[in-house]
Amino acid sequence: MSLAIRLIRMLAVIVALLAAPAVAFAQTAEEAFARFNADSFSDTARAVDILVQSAHPNAGVIIEALADGRLLAGGGAVGAKTKDGGFLDARTGQALSAEPGGVSAVRLNNNVRRAIQAALGSLGLINPDPAKRVAAAEAVFRARDVSALPVLEAAIANESNDRARRALREAQAAILIVKTDAPPFDRIAAVDVLRERGDQDALATLRALPGDASPALKEVQARAISEIEGKLALWQAGQNLWYGLSLGSVLLLAAIGLAITFGVMGVINMAHGEMVMLGAYTTFVVQELIRTNAPYLFDWSLAFALPAAFIVAGAVGIAIERGVIRFLYGRPLETLLATWGISLILQQAVRTAFGPTNREVGAPSFMSGAFELGGLAITWNRLWIIVFAALVFVALLAILKLTPMGLQMRAVTQNRRMAAAMGIRTGRIDALTFGLGSGVAGLAGVALSQIDNVSPNLGQSYIIDSFMVVVFGGVGNLWGTLISAMTLGVANKLLEPYAGAVLGKIALLVFIILFIQKRPRGLFALKGRAVEA
Amino acid sequence: MISRFLLSNMDRRGYVFLALVAAIGLLVPLANLLVPAGSPFHVSTATMSLWGKYLCYALLALSLDLVWGYCGILSLGHGAFFALGGYAMGMYLMRQIGSRGVYGNPVLPDFMVFLNWQELPWYWWGFSSFPFAMLMVLAVPGLLAFVFGWFAFRSRVTGVYLSIITQALTYALLLAFFRNDMGFGGNNGLTDFKDILGFSVQAQTTRAALFAMTCVMLASGFLIARGIVSSKLGKVVIAIRDAESRTRFLGYRVDRFKLFVFTVSACMAGVAGALYVPQVGIINPGEFAPANSIETVIWVAVGGRGTLVGAALGAVVVNWAKTMFTSGFMAPYWLFALGVLFVFVTLFMPKGILGTAQGWWEKRRKPAALPAAEPAPAE
Repeated sequence: MSLAIRLIRMLAVIVALLAAPAVAFAQTAEEAFARFNADSFSDTARAVDILVQSAHPNAGVIIEALADGRLLAGGGAVGAKTKDGGFLDARTGQALSAEPGGVSAVRLNNNVRRAIQAALGSLGLINPDPAKRVAAAEAVFRARDVSALPVLEAAIANESNDRARRALREAQAAILIVKTDAPPFDRIAAVDVLRERGDQDALATLRALPGDASPALKEVQARAISEIEGKLALWQAGQNLWYGLSLGSVLLLAAIGLAITFGVMGVINMAHGEMVMLGAYTTFVVQELIRTNAPYLFDWSLAFALPAAFIVAGAVGIAIERGVIRFLYGRPLETLLATWGISLILQQAVRTAFGPTNREVGAPSFMSGAFELGGLAITWNRLWIIVFAALVFVALLAILKLTPMGLQMRAVTQNRRMAAAMGIRTGRIDALTFGLGSGVAGLAGVALSQIDNVSPNLGQSYIIDSFMVVVFGGVGNLWGTLISAMTLGVANKLLEPYAGAVLGKIALLVFIILFIQKRPRGLFALKGRAVEA
Repeated sequence: MISRFLLSNMDRRGYVFLALVAAIGLLVPLANLLVPAGSPFHVSTATMSLWGKYLCYALLALSLDLVWGYCGILSLGHGAFFALGGYAMGMYLMRQIGSRGVYGNPVLPDFMVFLNWQELPWYWWGFSSFPFAMLMVLAVPGLLAFVFGWFAFRSRVTGVYLSIITQALTYALLLAFFRNDMGFGGNNGLTDFKDILGFSVQAQTTRAALFAMTCVMLASGFLIARGIVSSKLGKVVIAIRDAESRTRFLGYRVDRFKLFVFTVSACMAGVAGALYVPQVGIINPGEFAPANSIETVIWVAVGGRGTLVGAALGAVVVNWAKTMFTSGFMAPYWLFALGVLFVFVTLFMPKGILGTAQGWWEKRRKPAALPAAEPAPAE
């Protein structure tokens, strides 16, 4: 092909582009088909671009075929092999009975592939599915490919869906930012569009503004960047707060049972963490049973696991209370040692029964995945755990305040001997309290199995944190435990970005050690003589 | 005067203990060095090091018994003082490596070269000197205990609350020492020691000397602890254990007595750690694990709380059992055994081996006499 012909052709293309689209289309598409026949990589790449801009009805099919190496060209004809082995004419889209003669597959190189990628992005812009259009606009937004601008503008003009139109406009703005020869007014408007979008990507796009931009544009850009940064920092703080609440609810779940047993009986139960672990393993067993016997119930597995874990952990708790702790009342330090021994036994028992490695606990479908709320990324499992912690908290509060058993428990907490004198069977209350506290730990285990490794060491990793929560919050007051858990959780997560995870935790431990000096009985201490005993 | 402080009120049990420690400290190194390997009386170097380790634990248990058995402070963080003493010794040993490390840096230990550090951090200064390092072995745990105790005892943090915050203390240190940035070797700790005072750490004679030294320190620790508890000060300390408020109302400054005992105990634990490190050959943050400290408590409980001798005995017995268990086919069941031991001792042998044996002995000796009603120590 001589240079002159090429030039003429180029001119023709330009003229065609400037002419009314309806007229332009057939001609430009022809140009593309001709280039497909040229058997040169640069022509093929160019042909892809032209084809997209021509808005030829078969453009999508052709480019897809090209991407898969199914596009055939030769002797002026362009055909495509369909996925099921048939052939069709690329120009008309009609099926052919046999492979056209003298054609060979159009070859690809990386340059062509890049053109195809961009083309598929642009083609998506006119896809009938709005979600696909939004996705395509996102792709263009990221690529900032100036050549996509005409298609984009055409798409904006035809767009009726609000969300898609916004995405398209943002993509257009992204391109205008880097397109130095665009009208200055349009570019300033583009900055505004990006400022409204206001996320990390918009920030990156704004920063991509070429250095030779006009001072006015630069000023607008700087203002937009600082505004977006401020907004993002706020969202980031919100995200950290969310993580903090999530950690706080985990701590609350792990510690609240401990708060009950410690509050009522003054017993430090070192085996509390193992109750959590038992709950997690109960979940594992329940899920295994459901998997083998009734897989269709899998989404309900946690609903079965909750009562099972409560019963298992509660029963073990009552057994410990009746078997060991009962004999050690009035000797809290000895109780601490004995329960530590029990925790070792339970850990080893689980290790022997289930093996030392982590066990896989599946997540039901409603707990997997995440969604975005403004600038926050929220995972469903964390959200459900917060909800669950709140439910457990309210339920425990109700038990303590509204049931006869709760009344008796509170009486024993405040003055054991007086409660006994009033006819409360303190021994029975002790056993029930311990069972309740352990059962709640079992419930915590079900929740923690969703976010942590289910291994024999699961409980160990929570026990010290749980103690911190209880000691910080004060004994015998569930609200204290709630506030303490949330405070520690949020403080931990807010410290993390500045101090790192480990230093943040150390700082909190030191804080609690110092805090205990100031208020030896925690935030919300029981007042009165009873606690001095 | 000093000897009277140390030896007054020494009971027969104490003399037996001292004689036993002296005999072990003398005979075991001799049996290792002079008796030929084939003889039935020969003690291998490995066995000697193992028992050296037990005796370090015995000193640690002794220090814990001083605060728990006599002052009622259940410290769940004594492992921290032990480990700090160990780290002080480890830092001295690291500096002795000199240019023999893998990277051959004459000043910086290998792990610092590995982390691209350019110069020695200030807190490593002076550790090439043995006397300074030994001072630190005492001073670092002692100072930590003093500051910690100063706050805790003044604000009257007692009972389980104190136990929990001592546990938080060792846990915080565990996390801190795991960090590479701390400059203590991070996860791997300090190891690969070469010399101590110019003698090779691996040499048989050095091992024997370390063993003998451990016995000397155990005996000294016992004498000091014994001296404290049988002095007038010790009586007040015991009074604090049994009735803290009453002692305070009688006009004693309870917090000062507690602080004194706690600090002395921490120094003893530090010495135990310092002797432990060259014999074991490594110190890493795992020594700070709260579980280790709790295990120390069980040694004291098994041997007999508030007897000193019993604490040392308990440490040796439990650790010997641990070695027996974990080296054979029973290894997976060691935690069962340890757990059962915790429960059994607290439930059925609250006075430990020594207390139970003594009670049994006394009953046999004068079966007619009614056992004196002894009030149980309040927590």
